[in-house]
Amino acid sequence: MKNPIENLNKTFDSRIRLGIMSALMVNASINFNDLKQLINVTDGNLASHMKALEESGYIKVQKGFIGRKTNTLYSATKAGEKAFRTHLDALEQMIKNMG
Amino acid sequence: MNDSAKLSSELRDIKQMMERSSRFISLSGLSGISAGICALIGAWLGNETIKTYGIEAGSLRRSLDDTYTLLHVYSLYGRLFQIALLTFAAALISAFIFTYRRSKITNVPIWGNTAQRLIINVTVPVVAGGIFLLALINNGVFGFIAPGCLIFYGLGVLNASKYTLPETRYLGYSEILIGLINLFFIGYGLYFWAIGFGFIHIIYGVFMWWKYERN
Repeated sequence: MKNPIENLNKTFDSRIRLGIMSALMVNASINFNDLKQLINVTDGNLASHMKALEESGYIKVQKGFIGRKTNTLYSATKAGEKAFRTHLDALEQMIKNMG
Repeated sequence: MNDSAKLSSELRDIKQMMERSSRFISLSGLSGISAGICALIGAWLGNETIKTYGIEAGSLRRSLDDTYTLLHVYSLYGRLFQIALLTFAAALISAFIFTYRRSKITNVPIWGNTAQRLIINVTVPVVAGGIFLLALINNGVFGFIAPGCLIFYGLGVLNASKYTLPETRYLGYSEILIGLINLFFIGYGLYFWAIGFGFIHIIYGVFMWWKYERN
């Protein structure tokens, strides 16, 4: 049998990224500030993780404005949803195998 | 090193984040209790007003038969409408205060996307119902106000329960049920209001507080 650990995605190897993806899986889109408050991290920290996820093609960014304030919306791409599901399945499989 | 425990906690975090980001979890049980108390006070005031007008709540329907009592009853309805509005405002404000406090504890923004979704989903059925009832009042139909309020409020709560703590749907079901029963006891609306908006809210609030906020 294939070792499920191979299905674990290195991109999701951080609690913050896991948090970002979890939130984006169940919401059509979330803006930066809501995400920041949900995950409880600093601007810079969140931004760097978002950048990494964006570069992997797992999330997409939509810049917009509410009045004069910037409102940046994030959502998961199809590829991101698929990758995250595979990662979750692998996690579950590993827990099962350990008994 | 307990890998299994670590992975389990990771999965639990993921699940929790999905919950936290899609549902407004700060709705406080104390809000339900305070809204219920406001409703009971409102119902008591309403009952006192009806008594001073010399009409028994149960005989409102029969008293509509002659024009003199009809005018009398219209002025009574005006007073009752004021009481209802005041009660509604008091319930809303007190509910907001406790939920605001709770949002500070759970560290969820009071005006985040989950709160907005919750409010939109409760408001649409309630406003539609409100307009429907105003149209009924316009046509001189008063008997359906109480059951109508209960039913549409219940539908709003049921609709919004998808966006907050899941047990809230039982509050929705209860309000709808009490409203439907009230349809067959027209004229006793005040008592059903006291049960639906008063006691049910309090029971719901105590349950939610017990389950989520006790510690």
